[in-house]
Amino acid sequence: MKTILQFIIKELLQVKRDKKMLAVIFMAPILQLIFLGYAANMDVNVIHTTILDQDKTSISRDLIKQFEQSGYFKIDYYVNNYEEVTELLNEGKTLVAVVIPKDFEKKINRRETAPIQTLFEGSDGNKASIALGYIQGVTTKFSQGIVTEVKDKLGIKISLSGSLTPEVRVWYNPEMKTRNYMVPGILGLILMISTISLMSMAIVREREIGTLEQLIVTPLKPYQLLLGKLIPFTLIGFVVLVIVMVIMTQWFGIVVRGNKLFLLFTALLFVLSNLGLGLFISTVSKTQQQAMMASVFAIMMPMIYLSGFAFPIENMPSVVQYITYLIPLRYFITILRGIVLKGIGFSSLWFETIILFGMGITILIFSALRFSKRIE
Amino acid sequence: MNTIEVNNLTKKFGKFTAVDKVSFTVKQGEIFGFLGANGAGKSTTIRMLIGILEPTFGDALVGGFSIKNEPDLVKKNIGYMSQKFSLYNDLTVAENIRFFAGVYGLDGKKYEERKKWVLKVANLEHMENVITGSLPGGIKQRLALGTAVIHEPKIVFLDEPTSGVDPISRRNFWDLINELSEGGTTILVTTHYLDEAEFCNDIILINAGKLIAQGNAKALKSNYIKNPILEIESERVVDSLEILEKEKWVGETSIFGNYIHVILNDNKINEGNIIHLLTEENGIKVQRVEKIIPTLEDVFIHLIEKDSKKNVQ
Ligand SMILES: Nc1ncnc2c1ncn2[C@@H]1O[C@H](COP(=O)(O)OP(=O)(O)OP(=O)(O)O)[C@@H](O)[C@H]1O
Ligand SMILES: [Mg+2]
Repeated sequence: MKTILQFIIKELLQVKRDKKMLAVIFMAPILQLIFLGYAANMDVNVIHTTILDQDKTSISRDLIKQFEQSGYFKIDYYVNNYEEVTELLNEGKTLVAVVIPKDFEKKINRRETAPIQTLFEGSDGNKASIALGYIQGVTTKFSQGIVTEVKDKLGIKISLSGSLTPEVRVWYNPEMKTRNYMVPGILGLILMISTISLMSMAIVREREIGTLEQLIVTPLKPYQLLLGKLIPFTLIGFVVLVIVMVIMTQWFGIVVRGNKLFLLFTALLFVLSNLGLGLFISTVSKTQQQAMMASVFAIMMPMIYLSGFAFPIENMPSVVQYITYLIPLRYFITILRGIVLKGIGFSSLWFETIILFGMGITILIFSALRFSKRIE
Repeated sequence: MNTIEVNNLTKKFGKFTAVDKVSFTVKQGEIFGFLGANGAGKSTTIRMLIGILEPTFGDALVGGFSIKNEPDLVKKNIGYMSQKFSLYNDLTVAENIRFFAGVYGLDGKKYEERKKWVLKVANLEHMENVITGSLPGGIKQRLALGTAVIHEPKIVFLDEPTSGVDPISRRNFWDLINELSEGGTTILVTTHYLDEAEFCNDIILINAGKLIAQGNAKALKSNYIKNPILEIESERVVDSLEILEKEKWVGETSIFGNYIHVILNDNKINEGNIIHLLTEENGIKVQRVEKIIPTLEDVFIHLIEKDSKKNVQ
C-alpha cells in the first residue's frame, strides 16, 4: 500500500511539473466548455416566415393562426404565388415559407392526408432543422386538434393515420434550451478526453524513456503499477469534473437537479472504461505520438460521433445505431442529461448505470491482463 | 562460489538468433565484464538474466534462483541500470530517491541512511532539490547507479553505464563500481570501452550472439594470440598497410591511430625485415618498429575477425 502511495505521489508530481500537461488537463476543459457551451446555443427564437395560402379556407386560416400563436414564428409576408416565395427565400428575407395547397380543407374533410409544403432557406442547416422541428410541432398539435374535433363531432374512433404526418425531431425541444441539453454532454466529453489521454500517455512515456523497464525489474507487482497510475488519474479526472461542473452552474446557470453524489458515482464508473481504453492504447503504441493518434482517431472521435453527443442517435442508420450500444459515452451522456436536466436518479437510470459498470470493469480487466502479459 | 550460472542461454527473435547458447559463470564479489560490438547481444543477455525477457531456451541461476522458474525471487536480489537513463528527469534528485526507495519498500531509518549514501556517492549532497534532468551526464549516471542499488542488492547488472560520459566521470564511475565490489556485491557490466575491460576481474566477449572468448585480461592476451605482434610507426600509414598486407608472413593488420599493428605468421621475421621491406624496397620512412604485448583490442579484433571468417565459411 505504501508502495502504491509513493507511486501516486510521483505521478502527481510529474503532472505538476509538466506545464504543458497541466494546461491540457485543466485549462483545455474550461475553454472547451465555454466555447462549446456558446457554440451549442442553437436556440432559434424568431423564425421569419412567409405564408402562401392557396386554399384560403377557414381551416387554412386556423393553421396560420396556430403558427402565429406558437410564439416562434413571425409571419413577415403573405404572398400570392411561388415566384414571390422563391424571391424572398433567395434574398434571405425569410427563413421558412409555408405553402398551404388548394385542396387542403377538402382533404381534411375527406379525412385524407393533407400535406403542406415547407421551403427553407437552408444556408444555416441547424437553424433550418430547428425551424422544421417547430413546424412539425405546430402541425402535430393542429392535426391532433382536428382529430379530437372530428371525434367529438362523430363520436367515433379515428386513428391518427390520416393526419398531417407528424414526426417529432430531437430538436423539437420547446421547454429546453439547446445549450442546456448540450452542456451536460460536454461534461462527459471532457472527462473522457482528460482521462483517456492521461492514461495512454503516461505508460507509453515510461516505456519511451526507459523507466518502465526499470520498474519491471523491481519487485513492484503489475497490479501495484496499475493502481499507481489509475488512482492519480481518477483523482485528476474528478478534479476536472468538479471544476467543469462549477463552471456549468456558475457561468451557464445550469444547475444539477438530481443527486450530485450519484453523478460523481456514475462518473467513476465511466472513468473505469476510459482508463481501460487508455491502458489498452498504451499496450499497442510504441511512442507517445502513436498513443495520441490512437486515442484521438481510434477512440475519442468515434466515441464522440457515436455517443449521441452531437448527432441524435435516432437519426443514425440502424446499423450504426446498434454500434452506439458499445459506446460507454452514450450511456454516460444519457445519465448526465438525466441527472442534470431531469433530476432523475438510479431508479430511472439503473440500466445505464449497470451497463457502464459492466463495460468499465470488462474493458479495464481486459486491458490490465494485456498489459501485465506484455510487461512480463 | 558462483553467483551467476548461465547455461546455454538462447534468445531468438523470430528466425534471428540474438543470443546463441551462451554459457558462463560469475563468482561472488567480482566485476565481470561483458564485451561485444553493437548488436552483439549484450543487452538481450542481460534482459534475460534480470527476468524481463524469457529465454527461448537454456536457463540461468542468478543468486541461486532460476530466471525461468523463479523470476520474482531473482528480482528481489538484483539491481539493474539499463542502457537508457532510467530515472525520472522531471523529478528532483530527492523525489527520485524517495520513489525508488518506496518501490523497494525502504522506509524509516534505513531509508534515511540509504538516501544519504546515494547522495554521497553521486556527489549531490545539498543538491537534492535539483531537477534530475538538469544534472551533468556523469553525475546522472552515478545517481542512477546509486538508486539502482539503493536496496543493497547482492548482484548488480549495468548495461553500458558509461556510454557518452566524459573520461573523468568514467573514472569516478569506476571508482564507485570498485567500491561496491569491495563490499561484496557482484557486478556484471557491459561496455564498449576496452580500457574499462582492464578493470574487470573476468571478461567474456560475444560476437553475433556467440561467446567467443573468456578469461581475465591477462589470460586473454596470452591465450588467444600466440604469434608476435609488431607495432610500426611509419610515414605513409595507409600505403605501408597495403604493402604489408601483400606479404605471406603477415597474418592480420590493424590501424591504431598513426600506428600499424601486425600479427606475424612467421616467428623468424623481425624488426629488420619490416624496415627493409618498407624503407629499402618502397622508400617509406619508418620511425619505429617494436615488438609489443597485445592489447585487449588486438585480441578482440583478432578474435572477431577469426569468428567472422568462420561464419562466412
Ligand atoms: N525485441 C527485439 N526484437 C527483435 N530483435 C531484437 C530485439 N531486441 C534486440 N534485437 C536484436 O538483437 C540483436 C542484439 O541486440 P542487443 O540489444 O542485445 O545488442 P547489444 O549487444 O546490447 O548492442 P548495443 O551495444 O548496441 O547495445 C540486435 O541485432 C538487435 O537488433
Ligand atoms: Mg545494448
